Amino acid sequence: MSVLLALCVMAGLALLLGAVLGFAAIRFRVEDDPLVDKIDAILPQTQCAQCGYPGCRPYATAITNDEADINQCPPGGEDGIRQLADLLGREFKPLNAANGVEKPKRVAVIDEQLCIGCTLCIQACPVDAIVGAAKHMHTVIASECTGCELCIAPCPVDCIDMAPLGDTPASWKWRYPVAMLKVVS
Amino acid sequence: MRTSPFLVQPTPLQIVMLKVAGALLPGIALYAWTFGIGVLVQIALASVTALAVEAGCLKLRGRPLQPFLSDGSALVTAWLLALAVPPLAPWWMVVLATAVAIGLAKHLYGGLGQNTFNPAMVGFAVLIVSFPAQMSRWAAPLGLGMAELGGLAQLGWIFTGQLPAGLAFDAIASATPLDTVRTALGQGQPLAQILAAPIFGDVGGTGSEWIVLGWLVGGVFLWQQKLIPWQLPVGYLGALALTASAFHLADPAHYAGPGFHLATGAAMLGAFFIVTDPVTAPTTPWGRLLYAALAGVLTYLIRVFGSYPDGVAFAVLIMNIATPLIDQLTQPAVFGRKRGKAA
Amino acid sequence: MSRLHAFHGGIHPPEHKAESNGARIVQVPLPPQLVVALNQHIGHGAKPVVAAGDRVAKGQMIGRAEGRVSAAVHAPTSGRVLAVEPRVVAHPSGLAELCVVIEPDGEERWIERQRFDWRNADGPAVLDHLRDLGVVGLGGAVFPSHLKLAGARTLDTLVINGAECEPYITCDDRLMRERADEIGAGIAIVRQLMNARQVKVGIEDNKPEAIEAMRLACGGQDIEVVVVPTLYPSGGAKQLTRLLTGREVPAGVRATDLGVQCFNVGTVQALYRALEHGEPLLSRIVTLTGAVARPGNVEALLGTPLSHLMAFAGVAADVTGHVYGGPMMGFVLPSLEAGLTKSGNCIIARNAELFPPAPPEMPCIRCGTCAEACPAELQPMDLYWFARARQFGRAQERHLFDCIECGACAYVCPSNIRLVDYFRYAKSEIWAAEKSRDAATLARRRHEARQARQERDKRERAERLAARTTPRPAPPPLPEQVTPQEAPAAPAAPTDDDKQARIAAAMARAAARRAGQAGKGEGGDGA
Ligand code: SF4
Ligand code: SF4
Ligand code: SF4
Ligand code: SF4
Ligand code: SF4
Repeated sequence: MSVLLALCVMAGLALLLGAVLGFAAIRFRVEDDPLVDKIDAILPQTQCAQCGYPGCRPYATAITNDEADINQCPPGGEDGIRQLADLLGREFKPLNAANGVEKPKRVAVIDEQLCIGCTLCIQACPVDAIVGAAKHMHTVIASECTGCELCIAPCPVDCIDMAPLGDTPASWKWRYPVAMLKVVS
Repeated sequence: MRTSPFLVQPTPLQIVMLKVAGALLPGIALYAWTFGIGVLVQIALASVTALAVEAGCLKLRGRPLQPFLSDGSALVTAWLLALAVPPLAPWWMVVLATAVAIGLAKHLYGGLGQNTFNPAMVGFAVLIVSFPAQMSRWAAPLGLGMAELGGLAQLGWIFTGQLPAGLAFDAIASATPLDTVRTALGQGQPLAQILAAPIFGDVGGTGSEWIVLGWLVGGVFLWQQKLIPWQLPVGYLGALALTASAFHLADPAHYAGPGFHLATGAAMLGAFFIVTDPVTAPTTPWGRLLYAALAGVLTYLIRVFGSYPDGVAFAVLIMNIATPLIDQLTQPAVFGRKRGKAA
Repeated sequence: MSRLHAFHGGIHPPEHKAESNGARIVQVPLPPQLVVALNQHIGHGAKPVVAAGDRVAKGQMIGRAEGRVSAAVHAPTSGRVLAVEPRVVAHPSGLAELCVVIEPDGEERWIERQRFDWRNADGPAVLDHLRDLGVVGLGGAVFPSHLKLAGARTLDTLVINGAECEPYITCDDRLMRERADEIGAGIAIVRQLMNARQVKVGIEDNKPEAIEAMRLACGGQDIEVVVVPTLYPSGGAKQLTRLLTGREVPAGVRATDLGVQCFNVGTVQALYRALEHGEPLLSRIVTLTGAVARPGNVEALLGTPLSHLMAFAGVAADVTGHVYGGPMMGFVLPSLEAGLTKSGNCIIARNAELFPPAPPEMPCIRCGTCAEACPAELQPMDLYWFARARQFGRAQERHLFDCIECGACAYVCPSNIRLVDYFRYAKSEIWAAEKSRDAATLARRRHEARQARQERDKRERAERLAARTTPRPAPPPLPEQVTPQEAPAAPAAPTDDDKQARIAAAMARAAARRAGQAGKGEGGDGA
């Protein structure tokens, strides 16, 4: 008798929970982006090609197709790799040194005295962050420069420099406050 | 301090824990008065074990002993556990339970504040599952005309298991009122007749009624000190009383009334000291009420339909599992985001 | 007498107001140098309009408001501009930001002040005028006042904040006692500008003299001075608004849209000086207190080096640092070389006796004391867990940004957890992440637009080539190639028309793509 009761209770519970789960699955379903978009959303969009692909999206495609590993994007750094690892359910691995090293973000600055107006840098810039007309001085729109350094090499007179973005009170961040109570060994 | 606020209210954790321990004192005093000094021995045993295990665990986990050892939380766990075991239980039982509570239920989960389950109740559950026989035999209250053990004899029994010559343990021990009722009901005796037995007093068990009053006094003190929210004890006792009333009204011959359930077993202790353990209870006002109420109902069900002497421990442990969910579901509306108001 | 709508939580820290509220406001002598920061308000910093070597008159604009949320900055006295360069500013980071360094000449020579007839000017002109006179909120949040005045046809209740709930600070108290008439006149102006139905002035009951003075000053007008119980943080704009009107303004919602707006008494007085006398905001009242020889309130020019102020108050020997703002929400000054800013309502000299070191942080026991104290009705312990675990999304879901950083939770926590530190950390991480996400989105769009353009260039070139080669079986090659409009190799070569058309087409395509992208992006946000 009591066994029967227990069985009934358990069965009832199972049915109820199943119904709840089923309802939740329908009610809270999210329309998913294709994987490439999700990966591309994590990549920093520097478009520097250090990963070995001509931009972030091609790299994202390559990851989706299992042609590239997740640790080839230096601008994304460890954080980026961690996010990719989470998204794809893979193991975290350190940045592949062959692709470069993680650096603080910098922006290109053109020495306007030296620039000869050859437009080569414009053609190299993946995000059109350089303005200037042929034979005239060129300049970088700092807020649009991703710091990819692709404009440095083509410049025939070496007048482009990468300048660090200094911390300002506006960009300054409060640091992580955890002070762990641990025995100092 | 390098960041604001630069002022802090001086109510450190130690004080909170000391107040909780202090609030237990009236009940403990009445307990010792009713059942003899056995309970004090159990408390001492549990305290020493708790501190030792706590220190060992901190060492193992590479944490400094201070301030954790003196925060008082281990002590409160130990005392609650000591109050939950029978006062004449052999010494190793409370030591084992305390070790399990501190080592397993607390430190294995990451120490103070991280445990999912109420440590004292985990320790108690281990005992009751492993040694049901010992756990259900309590000393009879003093002054019931049964054989009595003096203080020294109680000590001797706890540590060596030796009784004075000519005395059998059954002569000094009896089942708890809750157990008695269930066993007798199972044998088909009517409730009124059962309750007329000498171990029952006016509402609960003889003597233990007074202890319950002691817990109540301590609990009200904690509430007045703003150390426990009213939702937890009120929800718990209310739900227990309501459930008991419902069953009692439906069949008075079989189900004892709310007064009996409130005044026996660990209900009152649980309501003010166990259900209110902040670490394992929800934090939202409605969540607390719901949690405590469900624990109250579960306590009743386990008491009446289960096979264990009391239901408090399992009710609390079961509700501990639900805490995160309850918290999630009962998030209060924040300032300016209450429905119908912000518009 | 109107009903009070008590807010949830709140605390009673020791007040420490008696030390500094007894004496009259005194003027600080001219310092040898003024370091006037160009960003003294929320939003964009002002753009400098003077250069090193310039002579400036008192009240002359030295920084022009830049962008929508901004306000102008002025020379607090006459003198010579020594430099326009980054200097350490009064900010917890201790970083340098653009400042105008002025050497006063001691003449106090005013720029010619133009009377502004605000009564007959239209709304936007009044607001522009206030922006150009640099009037911002003086209660501590330094939000440009002209933005708060904007956008109201009619207002139900104008709340004037004289609560001053934070311990130690007494500058509003003194201001109300000594300049209540100016505040009263300012209230009348704001009321008219915002077309407010009623005005309520909230003052905590620990300032009887200020209450008396304000009642006297507001006597003739239909203004209610409401005495509110002393309870931190009743001086928070949201809390006082709720206290006086029962309306709650959530984060991210303009109070004006809910029919209420709150101004600090100091701001109202500055508004009066600006509109009736054409005076820009050049000085403010600041409380100097804590371990100093002569605690009290001073009126100091903006840009006065804080070291000059503290020397004026007489710093005790055992001082271990200085707090800018009150003890609940202020921050430790990395350097006293910074100049006074519009937000500087109080400087407290700390010593070990007044501010004992914090006890060690213990684990959270989920006791809920913090939630009981939180005036924003948050669950600080949950936010703490999420911030600590860097689950910023979950923290945001639990309304992290409704936290006003009042510190009540950290004050009551028995485990001494520095809760607000975690919230500030989480907020700044979220802001930084948002910024870099915005930057990435911009880069992605620009990259895609460029690719689309290149793609199209290539295709058009190919089409033209094809069009040229197929119909003519044997074209004489030479003349073809020299015609300029058909030399497809260099992108710079095509005629203007052609180029224009191409750019327009590429932009249209990019826009279309963007629209599609945006739709997708929203769906992906939740993932
Ligand atoms: S390495 Fe450069 S191009 Fe490649 S994914 Fe990273 S940022 Fe994009
Ligand atoms: S300006 Fe140079 S560094 Fe900046 S995005 Fe363009 S190519 Fe890269
Ligand atoms: S490549 Fe160098 S020289 Fe040529 S336009 Fe760019 S900056 Fe000027
Ligand atoms: S007051 Fe402190 S210990 Fe209590 S719940 Fe809040 S954070 Fe945790
Ligand atoms: S600091 Fe934030 S979370 Fe803490 S009490 Fe104030 S509003 Fe609430």
